[in-house]
Amino acid sequence: MAATQEANGKVIHPVWVRITHWLNAIAMLLMIGSGWQIYNASPLFDFSFSRSITIGGWLAGALQWHFAAMWLLAINGAIYLILGFATGRFRRKLWPISPRAVIADGIAALKGKLSHEDLSVYNAVQKLLYAGVILAGVVVVLSGLSIWKPVQLQWLTALFGGYDAARYVHFFAMAAIVGFLVVHVALALLVPKSLRAMIAGR
Amino acid sequence: MSRKRKIIPGVDPKLLIKDAAKLLPDPARRSFLRGAASLGALTMLTGCDILNSDGAENVLRKISQFNDGAQALLFNPNTLAPTYPESAITRPFPFNAYYSEDEAPAVDGDSFKLVLNGLIGNKTPWTLRELYALPMEKQITRHVCVEGWSAIGSWTGVRLSDFLKRIDADTKAKYIWFRCAEGYSNTIDMPTALHPQTQIALKFDNEILPRRYGFPMKIRMPTKLGFKQPKHVVEMAVLNEDRGGYWENQGYNWFSGL
Repeated sequence: MAATQEANGKVIHPVWVRITHWLNAIAMLLMIGSGWQIYNASPLFDFSFSRSITIGGWLAGALQWHFAAMWLLAINGAIYLILGFATGRFRRKLWPISPRAVIADGIAALKGKLSHEDLSVYNAVQKLLYAGVILAGVVVVLSGLSIWKPVQLQWLTALFGGYDAARYVHFFAMAAIVGFLVVHVALALLVPKSLRAMIAGR
Repeated sequence: MSRKRKIIPGVDPKLLIKDAAKLLPDPARRSFLRGAASLGALTMLTGCDILNSDGAENVLRKISQFNDGAQALLFNPNTLAPTYPESAITRPFPFNAYYSEDEAPAVDGDSFKLVLNGLIGNKTPWTLRELYALPMEKQITRHVCVEGWSAIGSWTGVRLSDFLKRIDADTKAKYIWFRCAEGYSNTIDMPTALHPQTQIALKFDNEILPRRYGFPMKIRMPTKLGFKQPKHVVEMAVLNEDRGGYWENQGYNWFSGL
């Protein structure tokens, strides 16, 4: 049904995309904010996150938020991935991604010449970023599991290079998602009809 | 072993102090929870007053309890924690507690007696000499702190499951509670107590367990976070009721399995 509507140029984002998108937005903000507070308990680098932008107030509070929001993130994310593959949306919207097109569209974007007429078709840069952030989401969840359960899921921890390395993977996957978020939110505000499409569907 | 604060190489001591200050359950954390509550409430507290921070804390505590159950299901009694070669041992191994190193409890080994209570057939207290005479095993495993850092150490001690058999403890009971010399306490689940790598650690790095690491005995569990592993243990009780623990009662997850 969703496919037909898209073909008719009516619905840009079917309802399951919109629901999972906003639930994911909430889960991500909770996970990132509480994750920063957890990071502060034993920083990997020579900086800490300001407490004004962290969630939970102290380590135990942050851990409670982190391990509560993880269920929302993981369940909602799993539903999104299953539907994305099952409905063919990923294949239709995000594939193929050619390096040449990414470069061409990237230059066009920087020159301000990229068209936003048809929001239902992603340009190559969008495809790359959306596919990339989905991948970062998968990595952040798996690396998170591997540092939460380094004994029960030790095969997963080993896959990330051991417990200490997995902490860095978890951090960099978060950083990639935050980097995406900055660009994503800025561009959504620059092209407000894209925001409307993610809320109203068209 | 550890509960709070460690000193690890490469970490700015100033940061550590700042960090320690905020690890305390001060009134500020309540206001932070309140601030965060409105956002979380939108998704998780349907039907509750979204500005009610106690409501948010209650829901988070309930989810934490749900996570205890989920972790108990995930816990495989036959899965062993990875072990490491001698060369992997972290030196110096970090001291970590909620007190400073010179405040570590000084237990007199000569007069020490391990007190046994609860559902135990033979409650005769154990002297240190008697404990040292029991068969011991060595493990080189990773200690993971709730704060995120980890260190590899070498512990030698008596398998807790063997000791429980020896004292005729009811291993069908649900919990074991430990009391420490300075008042720290906590409760663990029986499946973890019976795990083959859970031990009454009496030595660290082949030497009698030093005061800073919990003399005369600590409960070593490579399947749990550091704060779940009591040091300077002076009493253990086999129970069917959960008596909680020092950090658990302040909000750290009860099961805290790895």
